[in-house]
Amino acid sequence: MANFWMVDFVPLLAATLAALACALVGNFLILTRRAMAADALSHAVVPGVVIAVVVTGSTASPVILGGGLAAAFAASGLVAFLTRAGRVEPGAALGIVFTSFFAFGILLLEWTGLARTAFDIHHVVTGHLEGLIWVTADDAAGASPLVMLGQLPKVVAELALVLVLVTAILVAFHKELALIAFDPVFARAAGLPIGALEAALLTATALACTAAFQSVGVVLAVAMIVCPAATARLLTTRLSRQIGLSLAIAFATVLIGYAAAVVGPALFGSALALNAAGTIGATAGLALALTAAVKARA
Amino acid sequence: MDQLITQILRVVSLQAGFNTTVVMLGSAALGCAAGAAGVFAMLRRRALVSDAVAHATLPGIAGAFLLAAALDRAPRDALWLMGGAGLAALASLIAIEWLGRRPKVGPDTATAAVLAAGFGLGLALLSIVQTLSIGRQAGLEQLLFGSAAGMLPHEAEVMALLAVLVLAILVAVLKELCAVAFDADFARAIGLPVARLDGLVALVCAVVVVAALPVAGFVLSVALVVIPPAAARFWTDRAGLVVILAAGFGAVSAFSGAAVSAVVADTPTGPAIVLVAALLFAFSLVFGRARGLIAGQG
Repeated sequence: MANFWMVDFVPLLAATLAALACALVGNFLILTRRAMAADALSHAVVPGVVIAVVVTGSTASPVILGGGLAAAFAASGLVAFLTRAGRVEPGAALGIVFTSFFAFGILLLEWTGLARTAFDIHHVVTGHLEGLIWVTADDAAGASPLVMLGQLPKVVAELALVLVLVTAILVAFHKELALIAFDPVFARAAGLPIGALEAALLTATALACTAAFQSVGVVLAVAMIVCPAATARLLTTRLSRQIGLSLAIAFATVLIGYAAAVVGPALFGSALALNAAGTIGATAGLALALTAAVKARA
Repeated sequence: MDQLITQILRVVSLQAGFNTTVVMLGSAALGCAAGAAGVFAMLRRRALVSDAVAHATLPGIAGAFLLAAALDRAPRDALWLMGGAGLAALASLIAIEWLGRRPKVGPDTATAAVLAAGFGLGLALLSIVQTLSIGRQAGLEQLLFGSAAGMLPHEAEVMALLAVLVLAILVAVLKELCAVAFDADFARAIGLPVARLDGLVALVCAVVVVAALPVAGFVLSVALVVIPPAAARFWTDRAGLVVILAAGFGAVSAFSGAAVSAVVADTPTGPAIVLVAALLFAFSLVFGRARGLIAGQG
């Protein structure tokens, strides 16, 4: 059991916090058909984080989140500019901006040497939940709970902070965002500050993506933004119920996916564990596919 | 600095040795085919489907690797791996179509879900591959951001052949594709098989993206399909010319990107290609004679 606390607890906690934050924003993004925009955003935050870390020389949470947020706003501003002033097709505009930003981010990481010290660029893409080990947990018998909490990997605190921020933003603007999602014409006519609300949703998305990419990985973030919310949407038409369901699905997906990564190979007598970010993402997709298949017959 | 410039000139003028030359020409052929195919995907607003296809090839490649290892075959045989990638690409196209047809899911969410879940499954399989102690699994790691340097001459030849095949197909049905791209209703009215032509474009793009994986990597090979067509669109409104220009931009980006990556240390090929393409795009956005910012405001 000590093994569980040291090896598995922190990855599970980190994946759960990230999954909940991502699934929350996902509900509003899929309603406005912006799943691919979320994918693009999750890649576009990378250069912002790298620049922020290089300039300040620190990897503190505010630096990382601030850098990611700045890049997200720059990227979506650029997409809006290209579609309006340049008359570029929206999908293509997304593709151009996110690949350019991400390519720039990778080269910065490689050239500044950060790729070998602060971040492993492969882990940014693939996720590295396995790296989150709670070092003091096994000799914790004598330590006070507060000391132990302080020794959790920094990423966990960051993810928790982001989950709180994302929840706060979405609770505060919940009604307005729902109105924009379901009836944008009426929302505009009713005089809602569309720009400010879009910015709030973008902030929430960017925070979730930025916090996710260091340990959980870009791909798992996208899977968690898209799949639980889309699955929930197949099951209900009411937004409040959809949000609640998506959170439950996200949590269940993390548990099942993580178990598949750790316990699955052992069932076949193998000692290896799979990439947990990968199995969780695949589980999320499987849940969506199964729900879609069952719902087609019902 | 002088030395760097001489080095670049030597590479660009194809005097940097047989391998580099073959790889650059193969990449250029591929960039050419990708640019041309991408025009039709962009005009049909399906540019980002290629992004999902590229990511979703990972389980196919990792699966083929494992199967090859189980059957005692040479696991890094390029054709074998590309076969797995091709099957996975086809499966992902079918999955996107199947999920996206549901009104409560939609094409956008379906694309992002297949992208994330497919890549997640691939990461899980890849973590098995990495624990096997066979040969050069490192080759799979390089697929993340692309590496032209490791390419063998016969792989480059296969890429060039595929590029020629794709261009031949596009030329054969160019008129029909243009009709569908610019006015689908009209095309349908005169009896063109619009759905089948759309399917052909998706398939051709998938072939190009799969072939581009070794050069540009999973995350960025979509750029070859997206950026050159969008850049070409700024220069002319005539469909045939857009295709030719996009093919040219694609070839130049891939060729120069491969060259830069060969000369500058710590520069993966994928990001280098993307940044060259982005520069071409930015230039076209400002100076393009049909829709550029300076000329096209009338």
